[in-house]
Amino acid sequence: MSLIKKYIVDIRLIVFISALLGIQLDINTVLAESLEEKGFNLAARSDRSDRGFGDSETEMTMILRNAAGKSASRTLRFTTLEVPDESIGDKSLILFSTPRDIEGTALLSHAKMLAPDNQWLYLPALKRVKRISSKNKSGPFVGSEFAFEDFTASELNKFKYSYLKQEVCENLTCDVIERTPLYDNSGYTKQIAWVDSTDYQLRKIEFYDRKGSLLKELIFEDYRIYEEKYWRPHRLVMKNLQTKKSSDLVYGEYKFKVGLTDIDFVKGRLPGLR
Amino acid sequence: MKDSSCLILKFLLLGLIGLYALIGTDNTIADNQELDIRGNVAFQLRGFTQDALWADQNSSDVESSISGEWEVRWRSEDNSQRVSFIPFARWDENDDKRSHFDLREAYWAYKNGEIELLFGVNRIFWGVTESVHLVDVINQTDLVEDLDQEDKLGQPMISLALQKDWGLLSFYLLPYFRERSFPGVNGRLRAASPVDADNAKYESGNKRKHLDFALRYSHYFGDIDLGLHYFNGTNRDPRLGVGANNSDVVLNYDQIEQIGLDLQYTRGSWLWKLESFVRDGYEESFFASIAGFEYTFYQVFEGAGDVGVLLEYQYDNRSSYEAATSADNDVFIGARWVLNNMQDGSILAGVVVDNKTSEAFYSIEAESRLKEDVVLELQVRLIAHSEPGESFHPFSRDNYIQLQINRFF
Repeated sequence: MSLIKKYIVDIRLIVFISALLGIQLDINTVLAESLEEKGFNLAARSDRSDRGFGDSETEMTMILRNAAGKSASRTLRFTTLEVPDESIGDKSLILFSTPRDIEGTALLSHAKMLAPDNQWLYLPALKRVKRISSKNKSGPFVGSEFAFEDFTASELNKFKYSYLKQEVCENLTCDVIERTPLYDNSGYTKQIAWVDSTDYQLRKIEFYDRKGSLLKELIFEDYRIYEEKYWRPHRLVMKNLQTKKSSDLVYGEYKFKVGLTDIDFVKGRLPGLR
Repeated sequence: MKDSSCLILKFLLLGLIGLYALIGTDNTIADNQELDIRGNVAFQLRGFTQDALWADQNSSDVESSISGEWEVRWRSEDNSQRVSFIPFARWDENDDKRSHFDLREAYWAYKNGEIELLFGVNRIFWGVTESVHLVDVINQTDLVEDLDQEDKLGQPMISLALQKDWGLLSFYLLPYFRERSFPGVNGRLRAASPVDADNAKYESGNKRKHLDFALRYSHYFGDIDLGLHYFNGTNRDPRLGVGANNSDVVLNYDQIEQIGLDLQYTRGSWLWKLESFVRDGYEESFFASIAGFEYTFYQVFEGAGDVGVLLEYQYDNRSSYEAATSADNDVFIGARWVLNNMQDGSILAGVVVDNKTSEAFYSIEAESRLKEDVVLELQVRLIAHSEPGESFHPFSRDNYIQLQINRFF
């Protein structure tokens, strides 16, 4: 009898434990969903704070530094056309003015959300427009520590999000969100983004490479507000923690609503840019 | 107009007058108008590995040459008008034909919404492939610059471009023909007999003043970039004939008509390319095509650099009655290494092999920035397995290594 009793107790115990486990699993799922939702909502709040800028134009200087402290710079003009549909990315045009030997070189991008972007390169020496593969979005952009995806991939629906924590960043409070690229050919397994809870702007991003180790750190500095609504950082500092190389992007004043339209972002207009 | 050079002079003057009118009317250029003056000078050393093949060719092992290009660009405040003025000149130590001057660009363009009108001298590039630029027919080749035919002479034109959401439609009226530049008697990289460039023959009675016409449509559809063109006018490629005194080569510029297409399919790391045309030439209609791919390995060797592999097949079924081409049944294999470093270093190496004769043309081009405004270029051209009568045989002893230093300002 006692033996049977013992078995019954054991079975009860198992049922109880599995029930506990079951509840535990459910709690995890519920918790995870809310973290994802929270992460997404915070990213969306940040992304949507920028809505309606229309089009913008700015000049920027890129300063490249290697581990030995040697540096080189490039200057370029960056124009962007906002595409209101959140399921399609913006259009952008980069026109180089220095170094002088690449002056006039231009890169036109029609960003997509998850599919590869459409990109055309204009080579002024031959006056040639060349459609290029956008697979290389994770490679160094013009020898810098910035990858092309680092400038263009801040679109909301390019990532899956998860809320991590809230912490002090400089003199602000930041929400820390993990974001995982959903688009193809990203060089990152994940990114950790710090978004302040006052102006909803990105303050810092850590990039984790394909092996999952910390690769780069990007700091956003010198935020200025335009039209009382649109925040833009004027200095981006990207440090490669593995190679000790770094690149700075220093932006000039932004001009908004300069009257750019789709026709300014077509491949046929590239030879007439300068 | 008795003298054919009058027309080009007129274009030149119009360009200058236009420039003066636009800039000169206002002595103080407003801040938001842009006048941009740039340029570069280059010093070039070519070292030949063998003695010259033909009589009168210069026998020195090393040839030096200096070139300069000056770029003046202006743009109106509202962005609707722009002017470009780009003179180019080269001085060559040995070859007085390689020493030459050209207006690469001298135009005024006006843009209003979808329409752009351009008047003057310009360069236009059409095409997608790397080893031969088959459909790139608007500009004449400045052959003395480089055998690769990528340097072009400025072409006088009136062009009208219509940019619609269904594509770009461009019309070109080409009122003056530019003759191809060829090395002189003393120059290397020439045929057995020097070209009698001053006595070219034309099929058209209007000679250089035949009004050529071209039309092009280009657009993209998803991963496909498409270009279609029509050309009617003087063939940029001369047909070589023998002169009256049986020694010099005489150039014949025929009237041709052609339609063609260029196509690129971009997918992942692949670029698939095709260029084709059907040409009604001097005696016959014929077909030419080049097809191939470019595949890129990104961030190779765990570094920043990319390596692209290129393969192209060149086909042309013209007979010997037409202007000759070497790209009739040839394969091009090449590799491009882009270092993606601070100095923007790159190397392109390749070989074109004729399937029938097995003669081969090897080429290496490398460049790197030495300082902010200084770029060093290395070029190697080698011809192998070329027998008398074959395409590259006249240059078979003109293998060279070239170093060029460019200073930009």
